Amino acid sequence: MISYLAVAVISAATLAYEVLLIRLFAIVQWHHFAFMAISIALLGFGASGTWLALWQHWVGSRFTLIFAASAALFALSTPASFLAAQSLPFNALAIVWDPGQLLYLLAMYLLLVVPFFCGATCVGLAFVCYGVKVGRIYAFNLIGSAAGALGIVSVLFVLSPSDALRLIAAMGFVATGLVALDRRLVFWPALSAGGTILALTVWTVLPEEWFVLRIADYKALPGALKVLGTKVLSERSGPLGLLSVVESPSVPFRYVPGLSLNAPMTPPDQLGVFFDGDSMTAITRFDGAREGLAYLDYTTDALAYHLLGEPRVLVLGAGGGSSVLQALYHQATRIDVVELDPNMVRLIREDYAQYAGDIYNRPDIQVHVAEARRFVSSSRDKWDVVQIPLLDAIGAAAGMHGLSETYIYTVEAFEQYLQHLSPGGWLSITRWLKLPPRDALKLFATALEALRRLGIENPEQRLVLLRGLNTTTLLVKNGVVTDTESAKAKAFSDKRSFDLCYYPGIRADEANRFNVLDEPYFFAGATALIGTGRDAFMARYKFDIRPSTDERPYFFDFFKWRTLPELVAIRRAGGAGLVELGKLILVATLVQAAMLTAVLIMAPLWARRQVLARSSQIWRVATYFFTLGLGFLFVEIAFIQKFILFLGHPLYAVAVVLTGFLLFAGVGSATSSWFAERIDAWYKANPDRGPQLSAIQLSIIGIIAVSLLYLLILPTLFDSLLSLTDIAKILASLGLIAPLAFFMGMPFPLGLSRVWSGAPALVPWAWGVNGCASVLSAILAALIAMTLGFSSVVLAASLLYAGAAMILRRPLEVAG
Amino acid sequence: MAVLAFVGTVEDAVRAEEDRWAQPRAAMVSTIQAHAALLPDTVNAHGLSPAVLDVMGKVPRHRFVPERAQGQAYADMPLPIGYGQTISQPFIVALMSDLVRARPDSTVLEIGTGSGYQAAVLSPLAKTVCTIEIIPGLGENSARLLRDLGYNNVQTKIGDGYFGWPECGPFDGILVTAAGGHVPPPLVQQLKPGGRMVIPVGTVFGPQFLTLVEKTKDGQITSRQILAVRFVPLAREAQ
Repeated sequence: MISYLAVAVISAATLAYEVLLIRLFAIVQWHHFAFMAISIALLGFGASGTWLALWQHWVGSRFTLIFAASAALFALSTPASFLAAQSLPFNALAIVWDPGQLLYLLAMYLLLVVPFFCGATCVGLAFVCYGVKVGRIYAFNLIGSAAGALGIVSVLFVLSPSDALRLIAAMGFVATGLVALDRRLVFWPALSAGGTILALTVWTVLPEEWFVLRIADYKALPGALKVLGTKVLSERSGPLGLLSVVESPSVPFRYVPGLSLNAPMTPPDQLGVFFDGDSMTAITRFDGAREGLAYLDYTTDALAYHLLGEPRVLVLGAGGGSSVLQALYHQATRIDVVELDPNMVRLIREDYAQYAGDIYNRPDIQVHVAEARRFVSSSRDKWDVVQIPLLDAIGAAAGMHGLSETYIYTVEAFEQYLQHLSPGGWLSITRWLKLPPRDALKLFATALEALRRLGIENPEQRLVLLRGLNTTTLLVKNGVVTDTESAKAKAFSDKRSFDLCYYPGIRADEANRFNVLDEPYFFAGATALIGTGRDAFMARYKFDIRPSTDERPYFFDFFKWRTLPELVAIRRAGGAGLVELGKLILVATLVQAAMLTAVLIMAPLWARRQVLARSSQIWRVATYFFTLGLGFLFVEIAFIQKFILFLGHPLYAVAVVLTGFLLFAGVGSATSSWFAERIDAWYKANPDRGPQLSAIQLSIIGIIAVSLLYLLILPTLFDSLLSLTDIAKILASLGLIAPLAFFMGMPFPLGLSRVWSGAPALVPWAWGVNGCASVLSAILAALIAMTLGFSSVVLAASLLYAGAAMILRRPLEVAG
Repeated sequence: MAVLAFVGTVEDAVRAEEDRWAQPRAAMVSTIQAHAALLPDTVNAHGLSPAVLDVMGKVPRHRFVPERAQGQAYADMPLPIGYGQTISQPFIVALMSDLVRARPDSTVLEIGTGSGYQAAVLSPLAKTVCTIEIIPGLGENSARLLRDLGYNNVQTKIGDGYFGWPECGPFDGILVTAAGGHVPPPLVQQLKPGGRMVIPVGTVFGPQFLTLVEKTKDGQITSRQILAVRFVPLAREAQ
């Protein structure tokens, strides 16, 4: 029993490290390296399978030794490899013009794969040595992994990411001790205890600066800290991100995106708040005097307040609170503030309350810690102004956010916002101005589509778009824009040197007067989008400005392959800056992962195929486990996305869905042999009952049926469950995941049992091939989702599973 | 006689030293012209102003970079000058000087003196150049160098450029060589009607656009994005 526990502990540590690595990458690099973390982990799993395949005779008789040593090596390499990797001079921004960066990326892969290799070796070894108990081992593996995924999210509420890294390392030594205890060996428990003590000593004694996370030089925080006298005043860390509050006394921040050229006043002092070392927002010093906020009447997003008086305002994503101050300046009667990160709220309400004018404790301001979409959809209130301010860094201009899914800017989101506007109310969304236009036109197209879906005739009668020096603001009215409102918008814009790009009845000569472009691009884009030729316009536009949807929520993905050669060709003239990096990095990651997979997993196995198994079944086995590897992760990733809106945050969706999948797949795995026996027994008792289906085929039918059913019913089901409490929602999610995951836990151990009994030498081969597919699946799933949507990922998974069922239709022949 | 001979020897040495840089400087000007030709939408149809190119061909850029970097002084690239600052790429200096359109009767404000090179380029083009640097050590060094090299119409000051230099203005041209998130209102106010301001706008620590801000004769403000650039933040710690 206790060596099962060791399997569970090392599985928990390995998966916790995978989730933590996503967090660590988000801090030291960028969010989209999450895909790299996943593929590195899976590469480690695959490579360990290969290693076991090559040395199975040798390792087979040394279970305790190899397991204990691998777990100990996991413990040592977890912090060491990360600290080494982050010291590489890798610059993701330079990938487009500096091929040398790919070598650093490769080195990062090779360093970071070590702990996963060690962790997976422990689990794979258990399969190799105790194949007859494969279902039970797989169950402990999955249940341990589930505990690791959930545990690390909880731990991150308490510990900093670098402390969590050391905690995970210590778990490796615990696994060493557990496996040794099982064998009643004195040496290994002693070593384990010593190792754990050593790990804890290292934790406390080693210089803290060794464990300091080194944020990439080209992120905003390192840049800010180079300014004379600038320092980090405090940090707040949580699973949602790391917030660093920065003071810059010699060169104050003065962060006011979109401030008019005509603003007669200067902004007050500010503290910068950096999220994961990058996106900056500012906490503004506020002494309670309204006139000190007058500069906030000189930004593009102030227009809504000039179109109606004393409004009720909803601010979605308040950040440092600038939009709240703006609403206060415009004498809003009530302000509802929605902020995702509780730590951000604590900064303003507690840590810097006095500096920020104690605004979050005012009776006319209600602060809600919630995800914006979830807050709106579960609210019955209506507002006169729904304000979505500019929160992400302009770094998005370099396409670094291209892979981030966001549900704030989708068509469905717009529908909900519009339904929560009081009659005559305004939705106001501000984005960075980019040239050629991207965000502004995509939002414009999204608003038009949402209005159409709501059955509004002449939706173009409800829109206003304006731009300043570096921001654009789109306004959507719950009603037709009147002539009086158009006149007010013109007066507002003229006074501030803003250009109106669209309002009903706008003339071309009004659209490019103050912030002069070579052509009135925004006006031309907006008028093309309201015309009948909008689809053709979007198709031929250089960037992807199709509306994003909940099904394909990649608002920041403007990349079109067709445009890439053109941009690369003009890179010397600044074209490189226009390349949306996110998708290119994803493809680079896929290519590298495929190459490493080929080198580390497939090549050694292929080279020794004659030694491993003189079996004609090798390709059937390979294909079966390859499709399973792809299918499992496709389903998992797609359903994580499907649950994000329901559970309110991607992180909670990852934790709950991953836990659910691993836990119930573990149960499915543990019961798989019992299930197979019952099926066999039933067919023996009822030989005439139709075509005989194996347990594998039945479980796959279950997977496909439940997946497709969920595609159909989940949206409606989620709507009906929206009013549940958080705990109830988590339980409901686990309940929904249970049947799907239960079936998904079966094909792997059932297939492996067949291989074990038919061609045992192919067991590590199967494990390796499965890992290899998994490495590629996370990236492939993202690419499919970005192109076709998440439902297509589920459909692809169903096809893969169906293929797997066909492959093992006939039993495996005994190896020659 | 001996004194005269000595003076003659020094003059010869100085001339030889200057001649040594003449060729790389001429090559730099050619590179700037070639770079400008790649950007017909950015630079006006006739290319960069001959007056600007003429000055670029005369100002001893190698004197504005640290001795160890002098070998690369005339390469079309930014170079570190200490204090974590850089001297801008020659093409950008030429482009900004071209855009600000300084005339012999102009008063020009520069925010971010840095090495002093940009002020030196503006000096022969304008009547008065007022330049502000926030880092005292850097500002003092560049002030001394500009004086030593005879750029006598350049006034220097240590301070926060965000608030401009009202006592020195109003200005026909303002040239900001450090990154900012928005155009500082005091600078707009200190720009004369008909004046031009060239400023990188974006985020301080991210991508920016070199932007031309113009104030018309009747006081109306307009702007035009010129080129994607990446300027260093306003001030950095010494390295």
